Amino acid sequence: MAVVETRNLTKVFKEGELGAVNDVSLVTREGEFLVFLGPSGSGKTTLLRMIAGLETPTSGDILIGGQVVNHLSPRERRIAMVFQSYALYPHLTVYNNIAFPLKAQKVPKNLHRQKVEWAAGLLGIGKLLDRKPRELSGGERQRVALARAIVREPAVFLLDEPLSNLDAKLRASAREELEHFHKSVGTTTIYVTHDQVEAMAMGDRVVVLHQGVVRQIGTPKEVYEDPADTFVATFLGSPPMNLLEFSDILVGFRPEGFLPAELVPGSKQVRFRYQVKYVEYLGSERVLYGSIEGSRFESKEIISRLSWTMPAGFEAGSVHDFSVAEADLRFFDRKTEKRTEPRPFPWQ
Amino acid sequence: MRVSWRKIGGRVVHVLVLLVFTVLLAFPFFWMLIATFKQNLDMYKMDNNPFLFNLPPTLDNLHMLFYETRYVRWLGNTALVGVIVVAITLLLAVPAAYALARLTGNWGERLGIAIFLTYLVPPTLLFIPLSRVVADLGLQDTIWSLVLVYPSFTVPFSIWLLMGFFKSIPKELEDAAMVDGLTRFGAFLKMVVPISISGILTVVIFTFTLVTQEFVYALTFISPEANQMVGVGIPIFLVRGDVYYWSSLMAACLIASLPIALLYNIFLDRFIAGFTVGAVK
Amino acid sequence: MAISRAKVKSIGAAQDPRLGAAMFGPAVLYILALIGAPFALAVFYAFSDARIGNPTMHYVGLENFRSILHSPSFRQAVQNSIVFTVCAVVIVMVSANMLSLALQKPFRGRGLVRFLLLLPFVAPVSLGTIGWKWILDSIYSVITWVLVRMHFFSPYNTPMWLGEPHLAMASVVSVHCWRLIPFATVVLLAGSGAIPKEIPEAAAIDGAGFWRTLFQIRLPMMLPITLVAVLFSTIFTFTDMTVVYILTAGGPFDSTQTLPSLAFATGIQGSDLAAGAAISLFLVPVLVAVAYFMLRIAHRAEVV
Repeated sequence: MAVVETRNLTKVFKEGELGAVNDVSLVTREGEFLVFLGPSGSGKTTLLRMIAGLETPTSGDILIGGQVVNHLSPRERRIAMVFQSYALYPHLTVYNNIAFPLKAQKVPKNLHRQKVEWAAGLLGIGKLLDRKPRELSGGERQRVALARAIVREPAVFLLDEPLSNLDAKLRASAREELEHFHKSVGTTTIYVTHDQVEAMAMGDRVVVLHQGVVRQIGTPKEVYEDPADTFVATFLGSPPMNLLEFSDILVGFRPEGFLPAELVPGSKQVRFRYQVKYVEYLGSERVLYGSIEGSRFESKEIISRLSWTMPAGFEAGSVHDFSVAEADLRFFDRKTEKRTEPRPFPWQ
Repeated sequence: MRVSWRKIGGRVVHVLVLLVFTVLLAFPFFWMLIATFKQNLDMYKMDNNPFLFNLPPTLDNLHMLFYETRYVRWLGNTALVGVIVVAITLLLAVPAAYALARLTGNWGERLGIAIFLTYLVPPTLLFIPLSRVVADLGLQDTIWSLVLVYPSFTVPFSIWLLMGFFKSIPKELEDAAMVDGLTRFGAFLKMVVPISISGILTVVIFTFTLVTQEFVYALTFISPEANQMVGVGIPIFLVRGDVYYWSSLMAACLIASLPIALLYNIFLDRFIAGFTVGAVK
Repeated sequence: MAISRAKVKSIGAAQDPRLGAAMFGPAVLYILALIGAPFALAVFYAFSDARIGNPTMHYVGLENFRSILHSPSFRQAVQNSIVFTVCAVVIVMVSANMLSLALQKPFRGRGLVRFLLLLPFVAPVSLGTIGWKWILDSIYSVITWVLVRMHFFSPYNTPMWLGEPHLAMASVVSVHCWRLIPFATVVLLAGSGAIPKEIPEAAAIDGAGFWRTLFQIRLPMMLPITLVAVLFSTIFTFTDMTVVYILTAGGPFDSTQTLPSLAFATGIQGSDLAAGAAISLFLVPVLVAVAYFMLRIAHRAEVV
């Protein structure tokens, strides 16, 4: 078990261009499940690969367990990695796939069977040991990849979007298995994904990355309710936060906080005339798309989320009083895009 | 960053391997190049450093090659045979490959493999009976004997290559054409063939190079110097008595090899795809 | 209405077996006529007394086989064919593996290097071989010149590369290797290029070094393609008569004679078509073996 730390880590692929990873400094906590979240091109995979030792940093340091590991090869870093494609050795049986790291690390042969069976048992694949990867389903392959990773009892687990190759139905159960796995093993884990639902569900903390820069590090609650800038605010949450532009600030409020006036408690609220343009019926909720009447924001699309328990009657074309509680408003500086203090401002 | 001796050692070995092999493999052509321009007095003196031009380079060897031998005629024969054989190969192989690619199920696959296996039957097995057949047909000593026989090794491989190519074209394309009113054969001619130009081009180049490379049949079927192909003419006829005119010989080899090498190089990746279809997945 | 009519037409046309037969018929007929029939003829000749210039033939049973099996040239040729092929294939595969590893990562000038490396295979066989004949000339060989300058030989005792039996054999094998290394390299490059890059990375993370990754991961994954390279190299060497004919004409004293070159010498130069055919038929067992392995690979590839 170890703590992973990066100090001012930068990776530039093409000289003169913006780096894939720019000056990233972060520290994991022992045993935590840390998620690197960001859209494609945000540098999250590059960051992970540098920690693994598959890419060399242009500048900056990587420390594992307090020791600088920049010059160490992947095998010397005591990490294990699960790739997006799982990268199982197709010509070896499941048993030999799991045993391969033991052979490579020259673990005494008489210990192999015991360790492989322990790892396989942990993941419930004991019956699959004689099969070849091509005979396995997607979920089974993930479990083999995990078994292979854990058999070495590494200090850190690195996972590179392992769920993205599975179809949607399988993804939910595979996600549950991963969470369960992390709880039982407790190794420090870094998990890369572009799916914010995964990140929020699984992560103890989330590192939000954009264009190689860390925008915010925090618990799922922190990054969702207290976003550090507009990118974090709009990336997390689906549908995304509504943002209104003013001369020097941006004001944001989440769709689930933008509700019919009668449903918003308290006196400190901001009221609008909201015209509904169209409605998406999603079963457990309704998503309304519309605009604020009579204001300079008439052309901007504003979204509202109504849960199924809320009253009906918000059809396309209708106009209602909608409001947001003042406590739910988030303010961002327009130039820096960073979060600022709340302040009064003209509406219309 | 700690300097890794292993890494440096690895680099050195890497460069060494490339260097040694490049020299070993390319050297004979470099040698041909030098010999082409060397004067005979320079070539045949044992004390002279063969890597240097001890006497100034000359164009005499080239002159002799082009004016005093049948070299140009051989080049012409080879080109003519090449073109005709390419045409025959395309006529036979393109429809056949298409039919086999679209015949789904065991039949098509099996027939395709059977055809590929015929490519494994070498000229050195068939040349004896074929020499008799060619003589009986009265084609002995003419280039037409080769025109008749050469497709036997160009067609099987071309079918195999094109099969893989056609299979990668989605069936929907022809289905759409047929819904639009074309017959299946019309769809083949007007839709599939134009799209497959690069595959067909590969077959053209490959067939042509196979023709220029061939030796056994040309040697067996054709005796008179004037009708010979360049691959056989050079080793057999550029000898006066027992004397090899090495300089002209080298020049002849170089000139005949380079264009083919260039052509082949450009299309090599496709050609290898033909060999490896099915084995690389 | 128009759509359903067109649909019916398309379904009908798709199952048209006559069109299919018409399209591959000519090719199949041609192949039968120019490969199948001559092959049958070869067998037929082997059991006859056919000669060049003699229009009549008689059945002679196993006479030809008996006489060639007794001939020392034949036994030497069989031995040579096998030995040359095995040596060449081994050298070629080891070299090609080294070269393909060296060529994997892109580097400046890789295109030019590739062109140079490919020359031996893309140039016509006979021409490359003639080039070697000059390089291996007993008197004017450049190799000899260099070795004499390095004092390995005295100028009056130079090796007869093509004139001394063992050297001649080595020369023939060398020219075959020279020709086939580029071919095998390109094939192996295609194979190793097909390995997803995450697999060697996973091996690196699992703790495997260069050699373990190579022998336990890369090479096993490349087995089918390696086999393709081996099989084709075998065919190219075993059935070739050009290199032998041009380099040594089978000499000195039949020491470099191989089955195909002997068949040519006997059948065409010696005018004994029957014996020549019989000799060339001994190529068949190896061809059948190669065909068998090819089928195995194709079958396995389909399963994957």
